[in-house]
Amino acid sequence: MNDAINLSRMRDAAFTAEVEAQSGQNVSTCYQCGNCTAGCPAGFVYDRQVNQIMRGVQLGLKDEVLNSRSIWMCLSCSTCSLRCPNNIDVAAVMETLRHMARKEGRVAVPKVEKFWFSFLDTVRAFGRTYEIGTMALYMMRSLRLFTDLDLAPEALKKKKLGFRPHVIPGGADAVARIMQRYKERAKREGVRP
Amino acid sequence: MKFAYYPGCSAKGSSADYEKSTQAVCAALGIHLEELPGWNCCGSTPAHAVDTELSAALCARNLDIAAREQAETVLTPCPSCLSNLRHAAKRMENPQFRARVDELLDTPAAAHFPEVTSVMQGIARVYDANAIAAQVKKSLKGVRLAAYYGCLMSRPPEVMDFGDPENPTLMESLLSACGAEMVDFPLKTACCGASFGIPERVMTARNSGRILELATQLGVDAVVVACPLCQMNLDLRQKQAAKEADAFFRMPVLYFTQMMGLAFGIAPEHLGLEKLRVSADELLRKIDGAQAGEGDR
Repeated sequence: MNDAINLSRMRDAAFTAEVEAQSGQNVSTCYQCGNCTAGCPAGFVYDRQVNQIMRGVQLGLKDEVLNSRSIWMCLSCSTCSLRCPNNIDVAAVMETLRHMARKEGRVAVPKVEKFWFSFLDTVRAFGRTYEIGTMALYMMRSLRLFTDLDLAPEALKKKKLGFRPHVIPGGADAVARIMQRYKERAKREGVRP
Repeated sequence: MKFAYYPGCSAKGSSADYEKSTQAVCAALGIHLEELPGWNCCGSTPAHAVDTELSAALCARNLDIAAREQAETVLTPCPSCLSNLRHAAKRMENPQFRARVDELLDTPAAAHFPEVTSVMQGIARVYDANAIAAQVKKSLKGVRLAAYYGCLMSRPPEVMDFGDPENPTLMESLLSACGAEMVDFPLKTACCGASFGIPERVMTARNSGRILELATQLGVDAVVVACPLCQMNLDLRQKQAAKEADAFFRMPVLYFTQMMGLAFGIAPEHLGLEKLRVSADELLRKIDGAQAGEGDR
């Protein structure tokens, strides 16, 4: 956060409170030791390091935080949470921020969300993940048609991926109904599913 | 000994070899795995990244099946499934959360869920090191291995209950009992880059590269894993990692069940070893060579 930040104008105290409520974490105890950032395996692709995100949450810098690419690139490995000297579940804060951003339709890294949706679409269709289906849907959605093409020859030779989807015996309707209810409820509550 | 069993989706696809070797090793140990009827995907990372309640609902359907089957303990080979199932069970202890999840299900979930644990802990619960050693027909003596757990198996500790979250040692005890020499592997719980191989390749290439680089420096014969995604990133994506690190790797990456199966004298084809991208042939020769040497004496 090198650009000047006008705290009197940009500060949103309600945002800090909302993150704390949803994540169940007391972010005010963060004293910027930087342990989370030091151990983060995804930091090298972040636009804001995780300690900066934590500071942003404390200061109520809603736009800075929710528009950050970092919350989408977090690997959910929980190294930060494990090493936090104040026992803040930092990974839970990152996940909460991702949820809040998604629900408001702020998606700083669309390809990551497209990958998740491609995965979940196969779960909705078959009740179980279908790996080749996930790849195909992702390539279409993201228009990244050459994704992992270098792996294809060996993956095929070794029969690494099942060609046919594995469907729950008796049908995948129960799973599709869970997804449908989730979607309908999100719409009712006025958030992006 | 009988356990309920949740194989997870990878078992039916990219980690068919993990499934095959898990079945073979458990059969050799007299552990009967009863697959949960009609189980569904736990939702993996995408579900919890999108919504905690959606993730919990997908898991709760499975936990509910297990409860109705009157299972005491459910075993799963996959750390991601394990993490999601255990997180869901824990979060469902909160009545408000449970009510929100129940809304998404056909019928409210069972009030109490059976415990879910890893296949590795299930095996260790029934067999101590001596009992494992008694099963060994082809000792792994002289074989140097690095145990790599990945990030999910031991974290967060209060949910996963897998010993020291940065220095778990269960895999080492199982494989030492099989005769292997286990090296100290400081990156044993580092992250491999998870499912970002597809949307952001540099993430898996860089992180898996570090793990492969260290294993290569330590001169191990193989890296041993317990997670389908770790295995894919370290094995199938090994060339991508090498390219990123500007290095050359030829490091076999086996599931711990494949390693144990070899020690139990199970034929490689019954352990799915042909699925490995980086061949384990040299490792097999080493194990056979040690056997021959042993026989001469």
